[in-house]
Amino acid sequence: MTITVTVERTIEHLDRGPLTRDEMAQTVARDIPDGSFVNLGIGQPTQVGDHLSPASGIVLHTENGMLGMGPAAVGEQIDTDLTNAGKVPVTELPGASYFHHADSFAMMRGGHLDVCVLGAFQVSQHGDLANWHTGAPDAIPAVGGAMDLAIGAKDVFVMMSLFTKDGAPKLVTECTYPLTGLACVSRVYTELATFLVGAGGVTVIETFGTTVDELAGRLDLELKRLS
Amino acid sequence: MTLVAESALEAVDGIKDGSTVLVGGFGMAGMPVALIDALIEQGATDLEVVSNNAGNGDTGLAALLAAGRVRKVVCSFPRQSDSYVFDELYRAGKIELEVVPQGNLAERMRAAGAGIGAFFCPTGVGTPLAEGKETRTIDGLDYVLELPIHGDVALIGAHAGDPLGNLVYRKTARNFGPVMATAAATTIAQVTHVVPIGELDPEAVVTPGIYVDRIVRVGQETS
Repeated sequence: MTITVTVERTIEHLDRGPLTRDEMAQTVARDIPDGSFVNLGIGQPTQVGDHLSPASGIVLHTENGMLGMGPAAVGEQIDTDLTNAGKVPVTELPGASYFHHADSFAMMRGGHLDVCVLGAFQVSQHGDLANWHTGAPDAIPAVGGAMDLAIGAKDVFVMMSLFTKDGAPKLVTECTYPLTGLACVSRVYTELATFLVGAGGVTVIETFGTTVDELAGRLDLELKRLS
Repeated sequence: MTLVAESALEAVDGIKDGSTVLVGGFGMAGMPVALIDALIEQGATDLEVVSNNAGNGDTGLAALLAAGRVRKVVCSFPRQSDSYVFDELYRAGKIELEVVPQGNLAERMRAAGAGIGAFFCPTGVGTPLAEGKETRTIDGLDYVLELPIHGDVALIGAHAGDPLGNLVYRKTARNFGPVMATAAATTIAQVTHVVPIGELDPEAVVTPGIYVDRIVRVGQETS
């Protein structure tokens, strides 16, 4: 994992939170270093792009074969030959490049991509990721590029709600859903807190509208603080 | 020699029942709809289709599925908001599905086109998609053995081609086209423009004509 933590100690923000989805996207965007090559997953992670400043020099990769992806296309900009991985029409920025699928995924596995941001069903305390299949008998499995991204990018950030609609934690001791990748996630961004995960277990970077102790109880996990 | 076919139907002539057909496109971008429509008319059946998705809406690959011509789909992402044709066939047990991580799908075809017998890949280690596959630890990292995917036929879409079969693509419609072109015994490309030999900048050719057996112009534009 290549990105150093930018805060020195755990911060409990009791004056704000839980974060909205847009605020979560903003938090992720803030932590992406200038000049990074970044892949934003389908769905919620796509919103991170709205908060990246052009001055940052961050270049967006889309696995269907493009670097230098611009914002979503509107009106006359829409071109059916130019979409993102979610098949949404997008635009190209000056300096963009196109390449075929084998090259696109070689960029990931070859360690050239700095950060990817993915959604998740579950993340384990060790950074295992489950985000492609619920394992339900009637579900049609669809993996897309998730497994390649999970093990390919130097840093994998997950952006998700901390609990399911039924209140079950999604940051867990061990994943119960089918895995996407082993020990691949470095950070987890949620509406209630941001975490580091990995070999050292779970460390809270900051909380929003709650405390570390309160979260530890709700998650039934040992949570460390930055000191 | 590359054949410049007069029609999409001529371009797909001879595709046999039971063939493995690589179908380009990512969603509808790069999808060779005219070739698929011609394949439906041509009649080949019991096909194994390798493509990123399992059809969108009612056209292209979805239409081939709806016509009952496909025995098995090998793809990375079948389930989409508009994949109802596939969903219904799958839930009724009328079609087989092999889910392959998208990068492995591309690399397995790249390997086929490059004469590579197999490769060790880190994607999917420890997941259900690696179950039953040989694994190896190399320099401390774990890898899964992946085998090439060869096609009998590749159907791809490109922007322009010349009578030697050289192809250029347009934006993200390139996607799987160049890789599939290398991985099939017979590669058939539908292009928006057929241009004279010498008109494509040799520095800009993406798929050299050696990989392309037949091209056909589709759409309204004149060459």
